[in-house]
Amino acid sequence: MSTEVAEVVKEKKSEPLFSKKNRKLVSNPLDIDNPITVQVLGICSALAVTTQMKPAFTMAISLLVVVIASNVAISALRNTIPSRIRIVVQLAVIATFVILVDQVLKAYVYDVSKQLSVFVGLIITNCIVMGRLEAFAMGNKIGPSLLDGFGNGLGYGIILMIVAFFRELLGSGAIWGVKIFELVGLKYPGNGLMLLPAGACIVVGVIIWVQRSLNGYREA
Amino acid sequence: MENLISIGVRSIFIDNMIFAYFLGMCSYLAVSKKVSTAFGLGLAVIFVLGFTIPINWLIQNHILNQGSLAWISPELANIDLTFLQFIVFIAVIASMVQLTEMAIEKFSPALYGSLGIFLPLIAVNCAILGGALFMVGRSYTLGEATVFGIGSGIGWMLAIVALAGIREKMKYSNVPGPLRGLGITFILVGLMSLGFLSFMGFSL
Repeated sequence: MSTEVAEVVKEKKSEPLFSKKNRKLVSNPLDIDNPITVQVLGICSALAVTTQMKPAFTMAISLLVVVIASNVAISALRNTIPSRIRIVVQLAVIATFVILVDQVLKAYVYDVSKQLSVFVGLIITNCIVMGRLEAFAMGNKIGPSLLDGFGNGLGYGIILMIVAFFRELLGSGAIWGVKIFELVGLKYPGNGLMLLPAGACIVVGVIIWVQRSLNGYREA
Repeated sequence: MENLISIGVRSIFIDNMIFAYFLGMCSYLAVSKKVSTAFGLGLAVIFVLGFTIPINWLIQNHILNQGSLAWISPELANIDLTFLQFIVFIAVIASMVQLTEMAIEKFSPALYGSLGIFLPLIAVNCAILGGALFMVGRSYTLGEATVFGIGSGIGWMLAIVALAGIREKMKYSNVPGPLRGLGITFILVGLMSLGFLSFMGFSL
Protein backbone atom coordinates (compact mmCIF):
# COMPACT_ATOMS: atom_id res chain seq x y z
CA MET A 1 0.00 0.00 0.00
CA SER A 2 2.89 2.33 0.74
CA THR A 3 3.64 3.24 -2.87
CA GLU A 4 0.02 3.99 -3.56
CA VAL A 5 -0.34 6.30 -0.58
CA ALA A 6 2.82 8.14 -1.60
CA GLU A 7 1.38 8.72 -5.05
CA VAL A 8 -1.81 10.17 -3.65
CA VAL A 9 0.00 12.48 -1.29
CA LYS A 10 2.18 13.82 -4.09
CA GLU A 11 -0.83 14.66 -6.19
CA LYS A 12 -2.47 16.50 -3.35
CA LYS A 13 0.50 18.86 -2.97
CA SER A 14 0.06 20.15 -6.51
CA GLU A 15 -3.53 21.16 -5.70
CA PRO A 16 -4.45 24.82 -5.45
CA LEU A 17 -5.43 26.16 -2.01
CA PHE A 18 -8.62 24.67 -0.65
CA SER A 19 -11.51 26.82 -1.71
CA LYS A 20 -14.78 26.79 0.22
CA LYS A 21 -16.40 24.59 -2.39
CA ASN A 22 -13.55 22.10 -2.24
CA ARG A 23 -13.67 22.03 1.53
CA LYS A 24 -17.35 21.17 1.32
CA LEU A 25 -16.47 18.16 -0.85
CA VAL A 26 -14.54 16.74 2.07
CA SER A 27 -16.73 17.85 4.95
CA ASN A 28 -20.19 17.02 3.56
CA PRO A 29 -19.69 13.24 3.40
CA LEU A 30 -18.63 13.30 7.04
CA ASP A 31 -22.03 14.39 8.26
CA ILE A 32 -25.02 15.52 6.20
CA ASP A 33 -24.12 13.47 3.14
CA ASN A 34 -22.54 10.48 4.84
CA PRO A 35 -22.21 7.52 2.48
CA ILE A 36 -23.44 5.01 5.06
CA THR A 37 -26.02 6.73 7.20
CA VAL A 38 -27.57 9.03 4.57
CA GLN A 39 -26.89 7.63 1.12
CA VAL A 40 -27.14 4.00 2.37
CA LEU A 41 -24.17 2.82 0.33
CA GLY A 42 -21.55 0.26 1.24
CA ILE A 43 -23.52 -1.26 4.08
CA CYS A 44 -22.40 -4.86 3.57
CA SER A 45 -18.82 -4.36 4.62
CA ALA A 46 -19.75 -1.84 7.29
CA LEU A 47 -21.71 -4.54 9.07
CA ALA A 48 -19.54 -7.53 8.35
CA VAL A 49 -16.02 -6.40 9.28
CA THR A 50 -16.81 -4.41 12.40
CA THR A 51 -16.62 -7.03 15.17
CA GLN A 52 -13.17 -5.67 16.06
CA MET A 53 -11.51 -2.35 15.48
CA LYS A 54 -8.31 -3.61 13.87
CA PRO A 55 -9.86 -5.27 10.79
CA ALA A 56 -12.32 -2.39 10.56
CA PHE A 57 -9.41 0.06 10.41
CA THR A 58 -7.65 -1.96 7.70
CA MET A 59 -10.88 -2.08 5.75
CA ALA A 60 -11.40 1.67 6.10
CA ILE A 61 -7.88 2.44 4.85
CA SER A 62 -8.22 -0.02 1.95
CA LEU A 63 -11.48 1.53 0.86
CA LEU A 64 -10.06 5.04 1.20
CA VAL A 65 -7.17 4.13 -1.10
CA VAL A 66 -9.43 2.44 -3.65
CA VAL A 67 -12.02 5.20 -3.74
CA ILE A 68 -9.40 7.95 -4.14
CA ALA A 69 -7.41 6.09 -6.77
CA SER A 70 -10.39 5.05 -8.88
CA ASN A 71 -12.02 8.47 -8.59
CA VAL A 72 -8.84 10.06 -9.93
CA ALA A 73 -8.42 7.46 -12.67
CA ILE A 74 -12.01 7.66 -13.89
CA SER A 75 -11.99 11.43 -13.72
CA ALA A 76 -8.86 11.49 -15.89
CA LEU A 77 -10.47 9.12 -18.39
CA ARG A 78 -13.97 10.59 -18.25
CA ASN A 79 -13.94 12.16 -21.71
CA THR A 80 -12.73 9.02 -23.44
CA ILE A 81 -15.13 6.49 -21.88
CA PRO A 82 -18.11 5.68 -24.12
CA SER A 83 -21.18 6.03 -21.93
CA ARG A 84 -22.72 2.71 -23.01
CA ILE A 85 -19.94 0.61 -21.57
CA ARG A 86 -18.98 2.89 -18.71
CA ILE A 87 -20.03 0.43 -16.01
CA VAL A 88 -17.69 -2.24 -17.30
CA VAL A 89 -14.86 0.28 -17.58
CA GLN A 90 -15.50 1.51 -14.05
CA LEU A 91 -15.56 -2.03 -12.71
CA ALA A 92 -12.31 -2.84 -14.47
CA VAL A 93 -10.61 0.22 -12.97
CA ILE A 94 -11.93 -0.53 -9.47
CA ALA A 95 -11.02 -4.20 -9.75
CA THR A 96 -7.46 -3.29 -10.70
CA PHE A 97 -6.98 -1.14 -7.62
CA VAL A 98 -8.65 -3.72 -5.39
CA ILE A 99 -6.30 -6.42 -6.66
CA LEU A 100 -3.36 -4.14 -5.82
CA VAL A 101 -4.67 -3.49 -2.31
CA ASP A 102 -5.46 -7.17 -1.79
CA GLN A 103 -1.97 -8.26 -2.82
CA VAL A 104 -0.38 -5.64 -0.57
CA LEU A 105 -2.51 -6.73 2.40
CA LYS A 106 -1.65 -10.38 1.78
CA ALA A 107 2.04 -9.51 1.68
CA TYR A 108 2.30 -7.27 4.75
CA VAL A 109 -0.62 -8.00 7.13
CA TYR A 110 -1.53 -11.58 6.32
CA ASP A 111 -3.51 -12.22 9.54
CA VAL A 112 -5.81 -9.28 9.03
CA SER A 113 -6.23 -10.13 5.37
CA LYS A 114 -7.26 -13.66 6.37
CA GLN A 115 -9.74 -12.22 8.87
CA LEU A 116 -11.31 -9.93 6.28
CA SER A 117 -11.69 -12.97 3.96
CA VAL A 118 -13.85 -12.11 0.97
CA PHE A 119 -14.57 -8.57 2.07
CA VAL A 120 -11.46 -6.99 0.56
CA GLY A 121 -12.51 -8.45 -2.79
CA LEU A 122 -15.98 -7.14 -2.18
CA ILE A 123 -14.69 -3.56 -2.21
CA ILE A 124 -15.12 -3.96 -5.99
CA THR A 125 -18.84 -4.16 -5.50
CA ASN A 126 -18.90 -1.64 -2.69
CA CYS A 127 -21.56 0.78 -3.79
CA ILE A 128 -19.67 3.76 -2.39
CA VAL A 129 -16.88 3.45 -4.94
CA MET A 130 -19.25 2.79 -7.81
CA GLY A 131 -21.66 5.49 -6.65
CA ARG A 132 -18.95 8.15 -6.43
CA LEU A 133 -17.65 7.24 -9.89
CA GLU A 134 -21.13 7.51 -11.39
CA ALA A 135 -22.24 10.58 -9.47
CA PHE A 136 -19.04 12.59 -9.28
CA ALA A 137 -15.94 11.46 -11.10
CA MET A 138 -17.68 11.06 -14.47
CA GLY A 139 -18.51 14.77 -14.51
CA ASN A 140 -15.76 16.52 -12.61
CA LYS A 141 -12.08 17.43 -12.91
CA ILE A 142 -9.33 15.42 -11.26
CA GLY A 143 -8.76 17.77 -8.30
CA PRO A 144 -12.34 17.87 -6.99
CA SER A 145 -12.70 14.13 -7.69
CA LEU A 146 -9.71 13.43 -5.50
CA LEU A 147 -11.18 15.47 -2.65
CA ASP A 148 -14.58 13.88 -3.13
CA GLY A 149 -13.05 10.43 -2.93
CA PHE A 150 -11.09 11.42 0.16
CA GLY A 151 -14.19 12.81 1.87
CA ASN A 152 -16.37 9.83 1.13
CA GLY A 153 -13.70 7.34 2.08
CA LEU A 154 -13.24 9.19 5.35
CA GLY A 155 -16.99 9.39 6.00
CA TYR A 156 -17.20 5.65 5.52
CA GLY A 157 -14.18 5.05 7.72
CA ILE A 158 -15.54 7.14 10.59
CA ILE A 159 -18.83 5.26 10.75
CA LEU A 160 -16.95 1.98 10.46
CA MET A 161 -14.74 2.88 13.42
CA ILE A 162 -17.69 4.03 15.55
CA VAL A 163 -19.60 0.81 14.90
CA ALA A 164 -16.51 -1.30 15.52
CA PHE A 165 -15.76 0.59 18.75
CA PHE A 166 -19.16 -0.16 20.26
CA ARG A 167 -19.28 -3.73 19.00
CA GLU A 168 -15.83 -4.59 20.30
CA LEU A 169 -16.37 -2.79 23.61
CA LEU A 170 -19.76 -4.32 24.35
CA GLY A 171 -19.19 -7.61 22.59
CA SER A 172 -15.84 -8.68 23.94
CA GLY A 173 -15.05 -5.95 26.46
CA ALA A 174 -12.03 -4.72 24.57
CA ILE A 175 -10.77 -1.70 22.64
CA TRP A 176 -8.28 -2.32 19.83
CA GLY A 177 -7.71 -5.83 21.21
CA VAL A 178 -6.93 -4.56 24.73
CA LYS A 179 -9.24 -6.05 27.37
CA ILE A 180 -10.23 -2.74 28.89
CA PHE A 181 -12.53 -4.08 31.61
CA GLU A 182 -9.97 -6.53 32.93
CA LEU A 183 -7.37 -3.76 33.15
CA VAL A 184 -9.48 -1.82 35.62
CA GLY A 185 -10.30 -5.00 37.52
CA LEU A 186 -13.91 -5.50 36.44
CA LYS A 187 -15.28 -8.78 35.22
CA TYR A 188 -17.12 -8.46 31.91
CA PRO A 189 -18.40 -11.68 30.36
CA GLY A 190 -19.04 -10.12 26.94
CA ASN A 191 -22.33 -9.67 25.17
CA GLY A 192 -22.50 -12.23 22.38
CA LEU A 193 -25.36 -10.41 20.67
CA MET A 194 -23.03 -7.58 19.69
CA LEU A 195 -20.72 -9.97 17.86
CA LEU A 196 -23.58 -11.38 15.82
CA PRO A 197 -24.76 -9.78 12.57
CA ALA A 198 -27.94 -8.73 14.37
CA GLY A 199 -25.99 -6.58 16.83
CA ALA A 200 -24.32 -4.70 13.98
CA CYS A 201 -27.67 -3.79 12.42
CA ILE A 202 -29.00 -2.49 15.70
CA VAL A 203 -25.86 -0.43 16.40
CA VAL A 204 -26.05 1.17 12.95
CA GLY A 205 -29.76 1.85 13.45
CA VAL A 206 -29.05 3.61 16.74
CA ILE A 207 -26.19 5.63 15.20
CA ILE A 208 -28.56 6.82 12.47
CA TRP A 209 -31.11 7.69 15.13
CA VAL A 210 -28.61 9.77 17.11
CA GLN A 211 -27.21 11.47 14.02
CA ARG A 212 -30.62 12.44 12.72
CA SER A 213 -31.75 13.71 16.11
CA LEU A 214 -28.71 15.99 16.08
CA ASN A 215 -28.84 17.31 12.53
CA GLY A 216 -32.62 17.35 12.20
CA TYR A 217 -32.78 15.29 9.00
CA ARG A 218 -36.16 13.56 8.63
CA GLU A 219 -37.38 10.93 6.21
CA ALA A 220 -40.99 11.16 5.09
CA MET B 1 -28.16 -36.01 -3.88
CA GLU B 2 -28.53 -35.66 -0.11
CA ASN B 3 -25.49 -33.45 -0.17
CA LEU B 4 -27.08 -31.19 -2.78
CA ILE B 5 -30.29 -30.83 -0.78
CA SER B 6 -28.37 -29.98 2.35
CA ILE B 7 -26.34 -27.32 0.48
CA GLY B 8 -29.56 -25.90 -0.93
CA VAL B 9 -31.25 -25.67 2.47
CA ARG B 10 -28.12 -24.30 4.06
CA SER B 11 -27.76 -21.53 1.50
CA ILE B 12 -31.41 -20.52 1.77
CA PHE B 13 -31.86 -20.49 5.53
CA ILE B 14 -28.71 -20.99 7.57
CA ASP B 15 -26.09 -19.17 5.49
CA ASN B 16 -28.60 -16.65 4.22
CA MET B 17 -26.79 -14.00 2.18
CA ILE B 18 -28.50 -11.14 4.00
CA PHE B 19 -28.89 -12.33 7.57
CA ALA B 20 -25.66 -14.24 8.00
CA TYR B 21 -23.25 -12.31 5.75
CA PHE B 22 -24.91 -8.97 4.98
CA LEU B 23 -24.24 -9.31 1.29
CA GLY B 24 -26.32 -7.23 -1.09
CA MET B 25 -27.49 -4.85 1.62
CA CYS B 26 -27.55 -1.68 -0.49
CA SER B 27 -30.24 -2.77 -2.88
CA TYR B 28 -31.86 -4.77 -0.07
CA LEU B 29 -32.53 -1.60 1.90
CA ALA B 30 -33.28 0.62 -1.05
CA VAL B 31 -35.71 -1.53 -3.04
CA SER B 32 -37.66 -3.02 -0.14
CA LYS B 33 -40.37 -0.38 0.05
CA LYS B 34 -42.91 -2.30 -2.06
CA VAL B 35 -43.50 -6.05 -2.16
CA SER B 36 -44.01 -6.23 -5.94
CA THR B 37 -40.73 -4.46 -6.78
CA ALA B 38 -38.88 -6.46 -4.15
CA PHE B 39 -40.21 -9.67 -5.68
CA GLY B 40 -39.07 -8.64 -9.17
CA LEU B 41 -35.59 -7.75 -8.01
CA GLY B 42 -35.45 -11.02 -6.07
CA LEU B 43 -36.23 -12.98 -9.23
CA ALA B 44 -33.55 -11.09 -11.14
CA VAL B 45 -31.02 -11.88 -8.42
CA ILE B 46 -31.91 -15.60 -8.48
CA PHE B 47 -31.48 -15.60 -12.24
CA VAL B 48 -28.11 -13.83 -12.18
CA LEU B 49 -26.76 -15.90 -9.26
CA GLY B 50 -27.96 -19.15 -10.78
CA PHE B 51 -26.01 -18.47 -13.97
CA THR B 52 -22.92 -16.64 -12.83
CA ILE B 53 -21.84 -19.07 -10.13
CA PRO B 54 -21.59 -22.15 -12.39
CA ILE B 55 -19.93 -20.03 -15.11
CA ASN B 56 -17.45 -18.66 -12.62
CA TRP B 57 -16.87 -22.19 -11.33
CA LEU B 58 -15.90 -23.34 -14.81
CA ILE B 59 -13.59 -20.37 -15.24
CA GLN B 60 -11.97 -20.86 -11.85
CA ASN B 61 -11.39 -24.57 -12.25
CA HIS B 62 -10.44 -24.72 -15.91
CA ILE B 63 -8.57 -21.48 -16.47
CA LEU B 64 -7.50 -19.68 -13.31
CA ASN B 65 -6.35 -22.36 -10.86
CA GLN B 66 -2.75 -23.43 -10.88
CA GLY B 67 -2.30 -26.39 -13.20
CA SER B 68 -5.81 -26.14 -14.61
CA LEU B 69 -4.58 -24.92 -18.00
CA ALA B 70 -3.05 -28.34 -18.61
CA TRP B 71 -5.97 -29.22 -20.88
CA ILE B 72 -4.62 -26.81 -23.49
CA SER B 73 -1.05 -28.03 -23.40
CA PRO B 74 1.09 -29.59 -20.66
CA GLU B 75 3.54 -26.69 -20.84
CA LEU B 76 0.94 -24.39 -19.34
CA ALA B 77 0.50 -26.53 -16.24
CA ASN B 78 2.58 -24.25 -14.03
CA ILE B 79 0.68 -21.07 -14.72
CA ASP B 80 -1.27 -19.68 -11.78
CA LEU B 81 -3.78 -17.03 -12.76
CA THR B 82 -5.72 -16.79 -9.49
CA PHE B 83 -4.76 -13.13 -9.06
CA LEU B 84 -7.04 -12.38 -12.03
CA GLN B 85 -10.00 -13.85 -10.15
CA PHE B 86 -11.73 -10.60 -9.19
CA ILE B 87 -11.50 -8.98 -12.57
CA VAL B 88 -12.67 -12.06 -14.48
CA PHE B 89 -15.55 -12.73 -12.11
CA ILE B 90 -16.76 -9.18 -12.25
CA ALA B 91 -16.63 -9.22 -16.05
CA VAL B 92 -18.80 -12.35 -16.14
CA ILE B 93 -21.24 -10.81 -13.68
CA ALA B 94 -21.46 -7.51 -15.54
CA SER B 95 -22.23 -9.21 -18.83
CA MET B 96 -24.82 -11.49 -17.20
CA VAL B 97 -26.52 -8.46 -15.67
CA GLN B 98 -26.57 -6.76 -19.06
CA LEU B 99 -28.35 -9.83 -20.49
CA THR B 100 -30.87 -9.91 -17.65
CA GLU B 101 -31.55 -6.23 -18.16
CA MET B 102 -32.29 -6.78 -21.85
CA ALA B 103 -34.55 -9.73 -21.02
CA ILE B 104 -36.55 -7.81 -18.43
CA GLU B 105 -36.84 -4.75 -20.70
CA LYS B 106 -38.27 -6.98 -23.43
CA PHE B 107 -40.69 -9.07 -21.39
CA SER B 108 -41.79 -6.79 -18.57
CA PRO B 109 -41.39 -3.05 -19.26
CA ALA B 110 -43.36 -2.23 -16.09
CA LEU B 111 -40.93 -4.09 -13.87
CA TYR B 112 -38.06 -2.56 -15.85
CA GLY B 113 -39.37 0.90 -15.06
CA SER B 114 -39.87 0.26 -11.37
CA LEU B 115 -36.48 -1.36 -10.79
CA GLY B 116 -34.82 1.64 -12.42
CA ILE B 117 -31.20 2.17 -11.48
CA PHE B 118 -31.12 -0.94 -9.31
CA LEU B 119 -31.15 -3.30 -12.24
CA PRO B 120 -27.69 -2.33 -13.55
CA LEU B 121 -26.63 -2.11 -9.94
CA ILE B 122 -27.14 -5.87 -9.52
CA ALA B 123 -23.70 -5.95 -11.14
CA VAL B 124 -22.35 -4.34 -8.00
CA ASN B 125 -24.64 -6.29 -5.70
CA CYS B 126 -22.17 -7.84 -3.29
CA ALA B 127 -24.28 -10.97 -3.02
CA ILE B 128 -23.36 -11.95 -6.57
CA LEU B 129 -19.60 -11.47 -6.31
CA GLY B 130 -19.67 -12.68 -2.70
CA GLY B 131 -21.43 -15.87 -3.80
CA ALA B 132 -18.74 -16.47 -6.41
CA LEU B 133 -15.95 -15.92 -3.88
CA PHE B 134 -17.60 -18.19 -1.28
CA MET B 135 -17.99 -20.82 -3.98
CA VAL B 136 -14.23 -20.76 -4.55
CA GLY B 137 -13.43 -20.68 -0.85
CA ARG B 138 -15.59 -23.71 -0.06
CA SER B 139 -14.32 -25.75 -3.05
CA TYR B 140 -17.69 -26.98 -4.29
CA THR B 141 -18.16 -29.24 -7.29
CA LEU B 142 -20.03 -27.92 -10.34
CA GLY B 143 -23.38 -29.39 -9.23
CA GLU B 144 -22.97 -28.10 -5.71
CA ALA B 145 -22.01 -24.66 -7.00
CA THR B 146 -25.16 -24.45 -9.12
CA VAL B 147 -27.37 -25.46 -6.21
CA PHE B 148 -25.55 -23.03 -3.97
CA GLY B 149 -26.08 -20.20 -6.48
CA ILE B 150 -29.79 -20.79 -6.88
CA GLY B 151 -30.26 -21.40 -3.15
CA SER B 152 -28.51 -18.16 -2.21
CA GLY B 153 -30.70 -16.33 -4.70
CA ILE B 154 -33.85 -17.80 -3.19
CA GLY B 155 -32.64 -16.91 0.30
CA TRP B 156 -31.99 -13.34 -0.82
CA MET B 157 -35.44 -13.06 -2.38
CA LEU B 158 -37.06 -14.48 0.75
CA ALA B 159 -35.31 -11.88 2.86
CA ILE B 160 -36.18 -8.90 0.66
CA VAL B 161 -39.84 -9.89 0.24
CA ALA B 162 -40.20 -10.40 3.99
CA LEU B 163 -38.68 -6.99 4.73
CA ALA B 164 -40.82 -5.29 2.09
CA GLY B 165 -43.94 -6.84 3.62
CA ILE B 166 -43.07 -5.49 7.06
CA ARG B 167 -42.16 -2.05 5.71
CA GLU B 168 -45.47 -1.77 3.88
CA LYS B 169 -47.29 -2.37 7.16
CA MET B 170 -44.97 -0.08 9.07
CA LYS B 171 -46.19 2.98 7.16
CA TYR B 172 -49.16 2.97 9.54
CA SER B 173 -47.17 2.91 12.75
CA ASN B 174 -46.05 5.89 14.75
CA VAL B 175 -42.25 5.76 14.62
CA PRO B 176 -40.21 8.55 16.31
CA GLY B 177 -39.20 11.16 13.72
CA PRO B 178 -35.41 10.74 13.58
CA LEU B 179 -35.75 6.96 13.55
CA ARG B 180 -38.20 6.94 10.66
CA GLY B 181 -37.14 5.35 7.39
CA LEU B 182 -33.58 4.07 7.45
CA GLY B 183 -33.04 3.88 11.20
CA ILE B 184 -36.00 1.69 12.03
CA THR B 185 -35.30 -0.45 8.96
CA PHE B 186 -31.85 -1.26 10.28
CA ILE B 187 -33.20 -2.26 13.68
CA LEU B 188 -35.86 -4.34 11.91
CA VAL B 189 -33.21 -6.14 9.87
CA GLY B 190 -31.32 -6.80 13.10
CA LEU B 191 -34.39 -8.40 14.67
CA MET B 192 -35.12 -10.46 11.55
CA SER B 193 -31.52 -11.62 11.55
CA LEU B 194 -31.95 -12.73 15.18
CA GLY B 195 -34.96 -14.75 14.07
CA PHE B 196 -32.98 -16.41 11.30
CA LEU B 197 -30.27 -17.29 13.81
CA SER B 198 -32.57 -19.98 15.14
CA PHE B 199 -31.92 -21.93 11.95
CA MET B 200 -28.30 -22.29 13.03
CA GLY B 201 -29.37 -24.98 15.45
CA PHE B 202 -30.11 -27.37 12.60
CA SER B 203 -27.23 -29.61 11.71
CA LEU B 204 -27.29 -30.71 8.10
